[in-house]
Amino acid sequence: MKPLWFLGMNRTGVVREIAGGRGVRKRLTGMGFIEGVTVRIIKNDNYGPLIVSLGEGRLVLGQGVANKIMVEEVG
Amino acid sequence: MEAARVLQTGETVIAMAGNPNSGKSSIFNNLTGARQHVGNYAGVTVEKKEGKLIHQGKAYKVVDLPGTYSLGAYSEDERVARDFILKEKPDVIINVVDASNIERNLYLTVQLLEMGANVVVALNMMDEAKEKAIHIDVAKISKLLGVPVVPTVATKKQGMKELVVRAIQAANEPKREALKINYGSDLEKELKKLEDIISSHSQLSQEYPSRYLAIKLLEEDQEVYQQVKAIPGTAELLEQSEESAAFLLDETGEDAESLIADRRYGFISGVSKQAVRKRISAEQRLSFSDKIDKVVTHRVLGIPIFLAAMWLVFQFTFALGDPMIGWVEGFFEILGGVVGGWLAAAGASDLITSFIVDGIIGGVGSVMVFIPNIVLLFFAIALLENSGYMARAAYVMDRFMNTLGLHGKSFIPLLVGFGCNVPGIMAARTLENKKDRIITILITPLMSCAARLPVYVLFVSAFFSQYEGLIIFSLYLLGIVMAVIMGVIFKRLLFPGEVSPFVLELPPYRIPTLKATMIHMWERAGIFVKKAGTIIFSVVVLIWALSVLPWGVEPGSKESALGQIGSFFAPLFAPAGFGSWEASTALIFGILAKEVVVGTLGVIYGVGEEGVVTAIHQLWTPLSAYAFMVMTLLYTPCAAVIGTIKRETGSWKWTVFTMVYTLVLGWVMAVLVYQVGRLFGLS
Ligand SMILES: Nc1nc2c(ncn2[C@@H]2O[C@H](COP(=O)(O)OP(=O)(O)OP(=O)(O)O)[C@@H](O)[C@H]2O)c(=O)[nH]1
Repeated sequence: MKPLWFLGMNRTGVVREIAGGRGVRKRLTGMGFIEGVTVRIIKNDNYGPLIVSLGEGRLVLGQGVANKIMVEEVG
Repeated sequence: MEAARVLQTGETVIAMAGNPNSGKSSIFNNLTGARQHVGNYAGVTVEKKEGKLIHQGKAYKVVDLPGTYSLGAYSEDERVARDFILKEKPDVIINVVDASNIERNLYLTVQLLEMGANVVVALNMMDEAKEKAIHIDVAKISKLLGVPVVPTVATKKQGMKELVVRAIQAANEPKREALKINYGSDLEKELKKLEDIISSHSQLSQEYPSRYLAIKLLEEDQEVYQQVKAIPGTAELLEQSEESAAFLLDETGEDAESLIADRRYGFISGVSKQAVRKRISAEQRLSFSDKIDKVVTHRVLGIPIFLAAMWLVFQFTFALGDPMIGWVEGFFEILGGVVGGWLAAAGASDLITSFIVDGIIGGVGSVMVFIPNIVLLFFAIALLENSGYMARAAYVMDRFMNTLGLHGKSFIPLLVGFGCNVPGIMAARTLENKKDRIITILITPLMSCAARLPVYVLFVSAFFSQYEGLIIFSLYLLGIVMAVIMGVIFKRLLFPGEVSPFVLELPPYRIPTLKATMIHMWERAGIFVKKAGTIIFSVVVLIWALSVLPWGVEPGSKESALGQIGSFFAPLFAPAGFGSWEASTALIFGILAKEVVVGTLGVIYGVGEEGVVTAIHQLWTPLSAYAFMVMTLLYTPCAAVIGTIKRETGSWKWTVFTMVYTLVLGWVMAVLVYQVGRLFGLS
């Protein structure tokens, strides 16, 4: 497991834990970002926010949020 | 109040709910034909919008709720939507669901159904779903959710008739049972305890669906908690809910909120498994949008592309708009001539002729001249929004904003602020964190809105006609730079602490439809025209009156009331190079509406656009003109903006603060420009 922030470009991971405040978790939940979903990194420049693919959608996650999401890399 | 009115008239109310970018505004437009804003970045629909739907000779009220992902009272938008559904109890809710991203969209649907709302699903974007090879069994979904589902393509107006018929049918049917998701034995046991208490409390059970309330309490929804707390005799319920939440945390190691969300998504994936077939898994596909994003959001190229886009917007606005200015000018000149002729023939006194020709026609004309520029600017902004680029701009800017301690989403209100600060400040509602929101509201007035454009265009045509684009661009840029600097200062001094999390959806790129872009453009340009027609008109008349009072003075001279007011403040602006009474007067009236600066100068200096340009060319220097433009850009925002800040922050403190700090900032920057410019021998 590692923070989403450290998942490289085009890598896929399963979300295992979402730490951080209630507010963020609520927002992420509404967008379908919950424990157990698979996400793929569309963009990670190791600087600035990430772009991840979640189902059909594309989400931008700031570094702060991305550091609080633990994923297990797959594939 | 709203509810009472609805009840009185017995009008059927149809509410529209859906995720941002699901096409809700497009459907709303189709149903009501209303002139209505259509945007493409997450959460632009912040206002409650209403329209009328006419079907078979009967009128129905349609309310467009803010686009939300959930109804958890996480943001202002969600609260607005939820309160409307619970308190005003619309007869039916059209839930717009993006078929090409159905699982996520159904999360909101499930919550609506749990509230016991009378829902009709509009399964929109069916064309995009098809393109993505997503097959949806509509009848199956309808059966699984227990509500009518109508496939639609809003942009092609497909499915609208059936949607209307189904919605009206549903509105006339008795309310259906709330959806019951099985939350598993642990949760269900606790829910049951709470539901029992709720059912035995007459006021609670009347105001809230009991299972819904029980779920909300287990989720520890602060808003609902407070609302319940305010009702007498609910102590037992709240105690039990805390106990239950603690018990669940203990038992499962997870808070009830996550458990509930998991179960909801579990239910949704059950529905999806039975009714949705995808040929290619989403994770494997690199979409067309992703390919564009590779370039547009590139770490190095992103910012130049953003700046280039802005540059293009301004070139488009001016290169195309300037020739049109001549037409408007010509129109008002002819109008002035013709009316002047009539008045002379009718034997009107000089004063009346001057009032009508110089005051009204000249004053309003000098502002209306800028309509072409303004319309084009709004058109370009609407294109950027509807194509999906705006959200990318927010992404690109977040890197930059974040290093400064600001929120990336702050950039959206700032961008909208280019058009008009009022919707810009309103767009700050998408910032969930109160502190981020206030900072954004405080700095949005520094964005150079369309109303300031006339002032630039006037001075630029007097001094910098070869460098028009460049000079105006520099002012827009200065506004951004100042906004960023002030943002950093406010953040450090007023709201120290962590930057709140940045989460944003990137909608797929879409070719903007002409219709949506036009509606969007007209709506905003309309605000300007209306303003020109009302506020500006009255201000121009007022200025004209002050310019001829007291009786007998040379109209518009220093001895007139206008001149005296200006003279009083003029010394203040001497260090900035525009210590003339004319300049001060223009600035004072500019607070009523920025474009009035031009009208005021028009009235003072003689008549119409052309006269003003010549007068300015003689009486100003390029340096003082630039300093004056800087002042106009930065100083106290117009009355409409001040009113909006009061409304959005709910506080006079922040409103007055904004008025004062912008005034000081404008003065300091104008003086700086003038004095530094002089050091370099400009003048
Ligand atoms: N292909 C396709 N595009 C659509 C459809 N419906 C809407 N759009 C486009 O999708 C974009 C978003 O539509 P809106 O109507 O602004 O969506 P909204 O849900 O109101 O979004 P917000 O204004 O952000 O709340 C626009 O560019 C529309 O032209 C559809 O059925 N098919």
